[in-house]
Amino acid sequence: MTHPIFGALTLSDLPFAAFIADPSVTEGVAAGAQVIVFLAIFAILAVLTRYRLWGPMYRDWLCSVDHKKVGIMYMVVGVVMMARGVIEGAVMRANQMTALDGGGMLSPDHVGQLFSTHGTIMIFFVAVPLVFGLINYVLPLQLGARDMAFPVMNQISLGLTAAGAVLIMISLVVGEFGTGGWTAYPPYTSRLFSPGTGTDYWIWSVLIAGVGSTLSAFNFAVTIYKKRAPGMKMMAMPIFCWTVLCSSITLIFAMPPITVSTIMLAADRYLGFHFFTNDLGGEVMNYANLFWMFGHPEVYILILPCYGIFAEVVSNFSAKRLYGYVSLVIATMAIAVLSFSVWLHHFFTMGQGVNVNIAFGVATMAIAIPTGVKLYDWMGTMFRGRVRLSTPMVYLFGFYLLFVFGGLTGVILANPTIDYQVHNSMFLVAHFHNVLIPGVLFGVLAGLHYWFPKAFGFRLAERPGRITAVLWVIGFSLTFVPLYWVGLMGLPRRAASFANPDYVPWLIWSAVGAAVILAAVGSLLWTIWTSVVHRKDLATPIGDPWDGRTLEWSVSAPPPAYNFVTIPTVAGRDPFAAAKAAGVAYAPNPVYADITAPAPTVVGFIICVISGVFGFAMVWQVWWLAALCALGIVGSVMWLGWRKPRTVVTTAEQVKQIDAPWRQAALAGPGVDRGLEFTSANRGLAAPDMVQDA
Amino acid sequence: MTAPASYPGLNLLDSDDAANNETEVMVFGFWVFLMSDLVMFGLFFATYVTMSDNLAFGPGPRQLFDLASVGWQTACLLVSSFAMGMGSLALKYDGARSRQLLMWLGVAGVLAAAFLFLELRDFSHMATLGGVPSRSGFLSAYYGLVGLHGVHITFGLLWLAFMMTKIAATPPDHPVKTQVLRLALYWHFLGLVWVGIFSVVFLTGVA
Repeated sequence: MTHPIFGALTLSDLPFAAFIADPSVTEGVAAGAQVIVFLAIFAILAVLTRYRLWGPMYRDWLCSVDHKKVGIMYMVVGVVMMARGVIEGAVMRANQMTALDGGGMLSPDHVGQLFSTHGTIMIFFVAVPLVFGLINYVLPLQLGARDMAFPVMNQISLGLTAAGAVLIMISLVVGEFGTGGWTAYPPYTSRLFSPGTGTDYWIWSVLIAGVGSTLSAFNFAVTIYKKRAPGMKMMAMPIFCWTVLCSSITLIFAMPPITVSTIMLAADRYLGFHFFTNDLGGEVMNYANLFWMFGHPEVYILILPCYGIFAEVVSNFSAKRLYGYVSLVIATMAIAVLSFSVWLHHFFTMGQGVNVNIAFGVATMAIAIPTGVKLYDWMGTMFRGRVRLSTPMVYLFGFYLLFVFGGLTGVILANPTIDYQVHNSMFLVAHFHNVLIPGVLFGVLAGLHYWFPKAFGFRLAERPGRITAVLWVIGFSLTFVPLYWVGLMGLPRRAASFANPDYVPWLIWSAVGAAVILAAVGSLLWTIWTSVVHRKDLATPIGDPWDGRTLEWSVSAPPPAYNFVTIPTVAGRDPFAAAKAAGVAYAPNPVYADITAPAPTVVGFIICVISGVFGFAMVWQVWWLAALCALGIVGSVMWLGWRKPRTVVTTAEQVKQIDAPWRQAALAGPGVDRGLEFTSANRGLAAPDMVQDA
Repeated sequence: MTAPASYPGLNLLDSDDAANNETEVMVFGFWVFLMSDLVMFGLFFATYVTMSDNLAFGPGPRQLFDLASVGWQTACLLVSSFAMGMGSLALKYDGARSRQLLMWLGVAGVLAAAFLFLELRDFSHMATLGGVPSRSGFLSAYYGLVGLHGVHITFGLLWLAFMMTKIAATPPDHPVKTQVLRLALYWHFLGLVWVGIFSVVFLTGVA
């Protein structure tokens, strides 16, 4: 029986308790991580207090329903969690380098927690928030809309994602995380074999964040279907919006499986159900199927918007219309559909029989075709374009170099006979890092550099940006290419110890690479820091630093809260490029009118806190608190339904005050040529010189 | 037809274009949610089908299911769905504050509550026969699928009570009507899922 008030919580679960009880190296590493968490919290509190930022943070950010601010907050969550995820990766590489014959500094249980949190964090709390953050920021601007279809729900989605992230951070200091990997396969994760509360941290953080992702997907899809600017037909949407649409549709179908499998796992653990147990008629294979029905589409959910980013980037920095738009749309949709026909390749060896394996293997290989279409289309876009080697383009070239390699190893793995040899080995680890880092992460970083001046009104410094990109490419290659080798030599994934000394040199290379990746993360932070310091030189207030083609570049940087003074009417693809070519961009004397927007609300933040506490209470079986929080969530939702939706009005006069000076500056010119793009002459007004007209 | 249908489902007569646009976004979004929810039910169905023979020497459908009770539950839910349909028509033709609307919503609610009561009575009867979820894979899947539907009905009842209070308490405005439209969609959706459960779980179970 658990304690009526504290549930399963005991004194030994408190921070540092384990280190005090057992001051070993492995507990020291854990305690060190806890110290970092506390120092970070303390530093944030100190900064907020010292600069009197509590009020602004609450009013302007936590209560905001503006898609732009929600997007930026998503990015912050993603970057913070990335810091933890990357450090964990580096610790694992350092540990495995010394793990010959059990010589590693970390205990096997600690290694298990590390690879479980690393995977869970990187997928659910780094990749998802970073991609969703960019989508949130860019999507309404590209569509010519003032906000998402459901702005308050958008805020709640962010709150739920953040609650999941906080829960997983709490697992670092209170109690332990599970050791079942990011997939949490039963029966290992059943109460019988994982009796602690670690797996429950996984369940509740994934479940809570998953609900947030599902709501986001509804929001993205409805926004695209219903909030496009007048005249913007589906086939006139910017390609990024298309990739987001395909990704959202995939999310809408792929999130239920993980919700279902996680609920079933929770029912097994908490209520003694037999969905996935070995005994009394449980079906363990159902879990593998359900999880990967989500898990495989999930990687396409993450990478499709990144393909969209690369497409925008390559067209923009080649000063050319995107080559093969229609084929890119078809390819994107093909990937979204095919992504649901391949999940079984994650468990070829689990006894489905030859024919089933062949069908899924062929379907998996088929995905390489639409992906190849995309890569060739981008090459076609660069062909005879005015290509500038900006930071996003460096990431794109890194993508070209590395992602193709990762994709081809995927085709190798898609062959069931080969998969039997290398499954569950480091070869697989190398493969999925080789698609996720050059694909998703490089895409996100390219998008960050590309849209940063739009969001903040100044460019990120180019030199440190390019250095960071090169460090990522080198660091990635050093870390993960050797893992293919040790995988082929037979090293299983997730090994806390091994007996073959031949692995060691490769693992040392890999650890060196991890150090370079750490340097790349540091370099990224330095890029942001130095750009903030030199923001006057880098300022691009007019908002079009790259001679952009789509609507988001037609407004100031940062954009006003209402995005567009008048909702633009669109005639075809690349409307802003067309307007510039016709000389009608920044039309003088627009008609100013009152603009109504939903009022700020604290409900998303409240739901964030309550659902986070709910998750914690469920993990530690503090039933009274969980019940209270459940009531609180139902109550908040009811309150949302009860209240009259409040709005704030920006009067025509206020709009004019904000808009007129910017418009005047934009009309005054002169714009900069692409040759001066990376100099301080670039104030965000482009002198259009595109290779081909829109 | 006096007004052109601008979104899937029942269109209200008395709304202007701006309100129609707003409603369109809300109702379309709700359809998307229902689609996603249907996938969730579909996965529970699939799980049930794969596990329906995993009795683990425990009691099976023939010992546990009471088709007469299930028949009454089905009747309750389908008539409740009908009442909700009448309520929607009252909303369309008589306005959001009409007594007919409240009456039909009340009928729908009482019938759904009766459904829930009968379902819980069946559960407790099954439990006395040893049919608890921890007994076998079959029973876990059964309680998972039927229980998920029951939880949906419970939240539906909560929503319904909330809507009736709101309609009685505040002047009728457009968001209220849109909420009733969405509630009705949810109601019919749950009726539809129950038809699936009735066929796949109960009829197949004792056939």
